[in-house]
Amino acid sequence: MTAVTMDVAAAPPRKRMSEEKFWAIVLIAPYVVVFALFVVYPVLYGFWLGSSANSFKKLFQDPIFVTTLWNTAIFVLVAVNLKMLVALGLSAFFILEYRWVRWLSVIFIIAWAMPSIPTILSVRWMFNPEWGLVNNLLFKWFQIEGPGWLTERHYGLTLAILMHIWKSLPFWTLILVAARLAIPRDLYESADVDGATRWQRFRFITWPAMRAPYMTSVLLSSIWTLGDFNSVYLLTGGGPNDSTQVLATLGVRYLRIDQIDVGMAAVICALPAILPMVFFLMKRLSRVDEQ
Amino acid sequence: MTATRFLERLPLYLVGLAVALWTLLPIYHLLLIAVSPPDKAVAGDIIPQTVTLQNFITILGSKHNLVQNFWTQIWNSTLIAVVTALLTLVVGIGANFSISRLRIPGGRLITNIALLTYLIPAAFLAIPMYRTMGQYGFLDSPWSMIFAMVTLASPYAIWVMNQASAKLPVELDEAARIDGATPLQILRFVYLPLMAPTLVAIGIYALLLAWNEYLYAFLMLSTERQLTLAPALGIFLAFDDAPWALMMAAGALYALPPTIVYYMFRRYMVGGLTAGAVKG
Repeated sequence: MTAVTMDVAAAPPRKRMSEEKFWAIVLIAPYVVVFALFVVYPVLYGFWLGSSANSFKKLFQDPIFVTTLWNTAIFVLVAVNLKMLVALGLSAFFILEYRWVRWLSVIFIIAWAMPSIPTILSVRWMFNPEWGLVNNLLFKWFQIEGPGWLTERHYGLTLAILMHIWKSLPFWTLILVAARLAIPRDLYESADVDGATRWQRFRFITWPAMRAPYMTSVLLSSIWTLGDFNSVYLLTGGGPNDSTQVLATLGVRYLRIDQIDVGMAAVICALPAILPMVFFLMKRLSRVDEQ
Repeated sequence: MTATRFLERLPLYLVGLAVALWTLLPIYHLLLIAVSPPDKAVAGDIIPQTVTLQNFITILGSKHNLVQNFWTQIWNSTLIAVVTALLTLVVGIGANFSISRLRIPGGRLITNIALLTYLIPAAFLAIPMYRTMGQYGFLDSPWSMIFAMVTLASPYAIWVMNQASAKLPVELDEAARIDGATPLQILRFVYLPLMAPTLVAIGIYALLLAWNEYLYAFLMLSTERQLTLAPALGIFLAFDDAPWALMMAAGALYALPPTIVYYMFRRYMVGGLTAGAVKG
């Protein structure tokens, strides 16, 4: 008797389960197809292109590769740390509750909101050695012959770093503003009661709360900075004489001289640096996902 | 305000001034060159002596050989951005509903794979993607850009939507199920209305991603009438005597629509998405 009723009760859900399974598979299918056609296949193809011993030999014999590795290391280290430190500082400014600070934050975000190409080209023209605004003003005001900003390696790389920071600083500042706003107010109030100095407030309240989001941001930002093609390519074009190439632009450089396999070998060489960061971030980000 | 209070706040004002100057300088310079006469893009003044809309008239009337396909390229950019947004939503909704509501086996793995794809910089996938598009026969057609942009946007879409849908109570689905709703009815009447804000955010994200993309467009599109605006602007650089005033004006026109869209949907953009994740 009981067995019969249980069967009756259990039958419809079991049928429903199979219907759900059917739709689950149908609905996931578009993503699986996109992923297979446009991620799995190109990645495998890229590995196949770049993994011959000959490609690596050509890559390591190319002096530009060594320069590129140095440039990439400098670009990522300087850009990420400078940007995140400034963002950390500015996040203290942007949580102030003045109306003019609010308005300024609306203006501040425009660098992130706009597409990057027009402003990069604008800066490129601004620093044009002969006709650009900067050198013209240097001459007009101080009678100084300005340097060839974008035709010298160190200036070029510096400007590319500043360009990158200009574009992404608002985003990271807002992320850190969100992290700061999550710190309970009363912690600061009781610190004030105890007569804590500014530094103590930062050291014992702000930083312990900000450390985790700051580190996650540094990692995420490192990966994105590593992949910044526009700030370098549109500003210096990797020049002069390929002296400002970074890993993100190197592939296009090899594509141009019809050595796509060498470009892929360069990307494969970058994987040992990227993958540990990616896995660490995945662990952090999916932990949030589960909450 | 008293003088002492002003002095107290002076450092604050200086920070504010520095932030404003730093942010606006490249944009001001862009507009400055855009409104200067076409033959006089040699910039020696911070305040322009003559202001002209001549460059904009030239562009909108396609009266220069570098901008003769301007309207076609705007149309290409728009088409690619809109179709990318719609397809990203279709792919994202399907995947997220399947993973988070229908609990497909392996959903966790698919989420992780999506996150992994999102974290690898797109610049490193560009060359093999370009060759693959060639093999599929999509090169120099809008489809190459649409598929590439959907590929780049959907992992982020899935990740963000997983976070949003995790907050929807499962009881709603169960109640609908008891009332005899099919999975598609739950999708249509329970899931979609509740997810609407996230879907808007994802749609706008994909739209802007596609409109703003330079590298992929530059690799995959080649004929001038197939180009989107981003690589079309880059073409100016190939000329030694590039008409910079014209280029800056074209750049301003290109930047205007996405900037307006961003500000209209600002509430959806920065607040909820990545911030929520990094904060934890």
